[in-house]
Amino acid sequence: MKIHEYQAKEILSKYGVTVPRGHVAETGEEAEQTARTLFEQGAKGVVVKAQIHAGGRGKGGGVKIAKSAEEAAKIARQMLGMTLVTHQTGPEGRTVRRLLIEETLPIDKELYLGILIDRSEAKPLFMASAAGGMEIEQVAAETPEKILKQYIDPGMGLEPFQARKIAFELGLKPAQLSSALEFLRSLYRVFAESDASLLEINPFVSLSDGRLFALDAKLNFDDNAMFRHPDLRALRDTSEEDALEVEASKYSLNYIKLEGNVGCMVNGAGLAMATMDIIKYAGGLPANFLDVGGGANAEQVTHAFEILLSDKNVKAVLINIFGGILRVDTLARGVVEAAHKTHIQLPIVLRLEGTNVEAGREILRQSGLNFIVAENMKDAAERVVAAARESELVARS
Amino acid sequence: MAILVDNNTRLIVQGLTGREGTFHAKACAEYGTRVVGGVTPGKGGSTHEGWPVFNTVQEAVDKTGANTTVIFVPPAFAADAILEAADAELELIVCITEGIPTLDMVRAHEFLDNRRSRLIGPNCPGVISPGKSKVGIMPGPIHRPGPVGIVSRSGTLTYEAVYQLTTRGLGQSTAVGIGGDPIIGTSFVDALDLFNRDPETEAVIMIGEIGGNAEETAAAFVKARMRKPVVGFIAGQTAPPGRRMGHAGAIISGGKGTAAEKIQAMEASGIRMAKSPAVIGQTVIEVLRIPARA
Repeated sequence: MKIHEYQAKEILSKYGVTVPRGHVAETGEEAEQTARTLFEQGAKGVVVKAQIHAGGRGKGGGVKIAKSAEEAAKIARQMLGMTLVTHQTGPEGRTVRRLLIEETLPIDKELYLGILIDRSEAKPLFMASAAGGMEIEQVAAETPEKILKQYIDPGMGLEPFQARKIAFELGLKPAQLSSALEFLRSLYRVFAESDASLLEINPFVSLSDGRLFALDAKLNFDDNAMFRHPDLRALRDTSEEDALEVEASKYSLNYIKLEGNVGCMVNGAGLAMATMDIIKYAGGLPANFLDVGGGANAEQVTHAFEILLSDKNVKAVLINIFGGILRVDTLARGVVEAAHKTHIQLPIVLRLEGTNVEAGREILRQSGLNFIVAENMKDAAERVVAAARESELVARS
Repeated sequence: MAILVDNNTRLIVQGLTGREGTFHAKACAEYGTRVVGGVTPGKGGSTHEGWPVFNTVQEAVDKTGANTTVIFVPPAFAADAILEAADAELELIVCITEGIPTLDMVRAHEFLDNRRSRLIGPNCPGVISPGKSKVGIMPGPIHRPGPVGIVSRSGTLTYEAVYQLTTRGLGQSTAVGIGGDPIIGTSFVDALDLFNRDPETEAVIMIGEIGGNAEETAAAFVKARMRKPVVGFIAGQTAPPGRRMGHAGAIISGGKGTAAEKIQAMEASGIRMAKSPAVIGQTVIEVLRIPARA
């Protein structure tokens, strides 16, 4: 689960991690009010930052500096409601609904800090680099020696000696050591106590007076752990997510919307990915990833159908089910029921295999519905791609 | 021979009295697995479907001589169930549960480092040695005994591969689902190493997917040590970056963990890659013919 920068900074602040003074704004008036307060408190300027769940905001025109409250209000009014396109949003971009208004700071050095779980070591990994402000992936690819890595013992946390090592490696001065230790160790506490999957401070800045700040903050959480964090769950902003994906998540369906026109419904994540791949080999493009789960029933299948059909790009549907515990005849009944309920008009190709497959195929044959029953996965993919092409042509003519 | 589970497996079920636990305990027993009891804290002393239920894993081990456990405990308590099983020194712990918090698994992984137990999973279908023992949720009847080992991060894709083999008359020594989570107990390398040493296994299918670099590590192992042909498949060649594709571990992050990288590494180490999931079985038949005549 992702949250906005302003929400991440509120959490960091509670743990004692220093962040610039600022406040979230949803209107030009709120932006002006916050900016005025910041100027009264001695800010030399304010920065207006678009709050969307994607990076690269600065280059896309989503981060601007104002020298007065009036200017901040003007920028805010331009930014609110605009579609911000960055390298992470895709060409459709994201609508800006909230802004973070913050004081500007006299920056001396821009550094990088990041914490994530290293899969191969099965440990949290604290990364630090003096190359702040840059994309860390780029630093890792071009100059990996510039990234310091500290594995963390999950039972202990970031120990002072490790924090000191990071501070010295980043070139911080002895006078900054105690505040750096406090900063770094608090950061790890945020990561561990909030079940984060990624915590990135880029840039982590050192000011000309030696103070340390999290100038930007990216905090993602482990979805699997959100059951024990109701406070964090409340921070979810579904307007940042695809509407169909939000709908699917209500029924515990794993659905991800893609660009193609072949809708697919599969049981199991691996088989669902493999189904997308085989559609591509057949010359088509999948409209989605959809895993109905190992124990899918008629109700799940109906919901899955409804979600697939809400995507207007879908021109044909491929159902690829390997019936193991879920018997094929049970599933076939579910498919027939769902097809009746949703009055589906699109061509449906089914590839069913596994336990009670003959009984399942018989149910489909006798349903009176116009299903295309495929022999195997390859055959299914070819048929569904052809069917999608045909209904695309019919729709255009 | 086979790996991990066989006729000596004595299984207990953690979470036996739950719906999933009950259903699959029966299915495992019907397949021929020696299910000797279950653990549900607070229900110790009772019997469930004819099996004795214990309050703790230690008690279950002491009373039944179990050497293997399968875990059907909800995600919030599953990591603790793993710790308890490891503390009772069970040889094999198979954790089926999906959705365990990653940091819980980080701690469990650390704990297991200093114990003798091997963990399979979590978020996996389990392990089956056809004709001998089934410890998991896979459909038993699609399997048949034979010379092909399977190791996979995906459940249904494993069934798919098994089915393709069985319908072509080729059986399996053992099929191991290692799980779709980012942190798992048994890696591809661990399973490949066991298959390498198993006299019954003549070829291995390795089914990977996007995310992490376990396939690349396994490819290096195959190149250096594997004496048997390996057929590979990687799911997720069309998966978009930055999205979790159903499995918690199936995500391309920071441009890393793509199918293309994995396929390249596997091909370079001599693994015969099935281009499409539809030809995994056929590819095994082809590779098994080649070394037999060489």
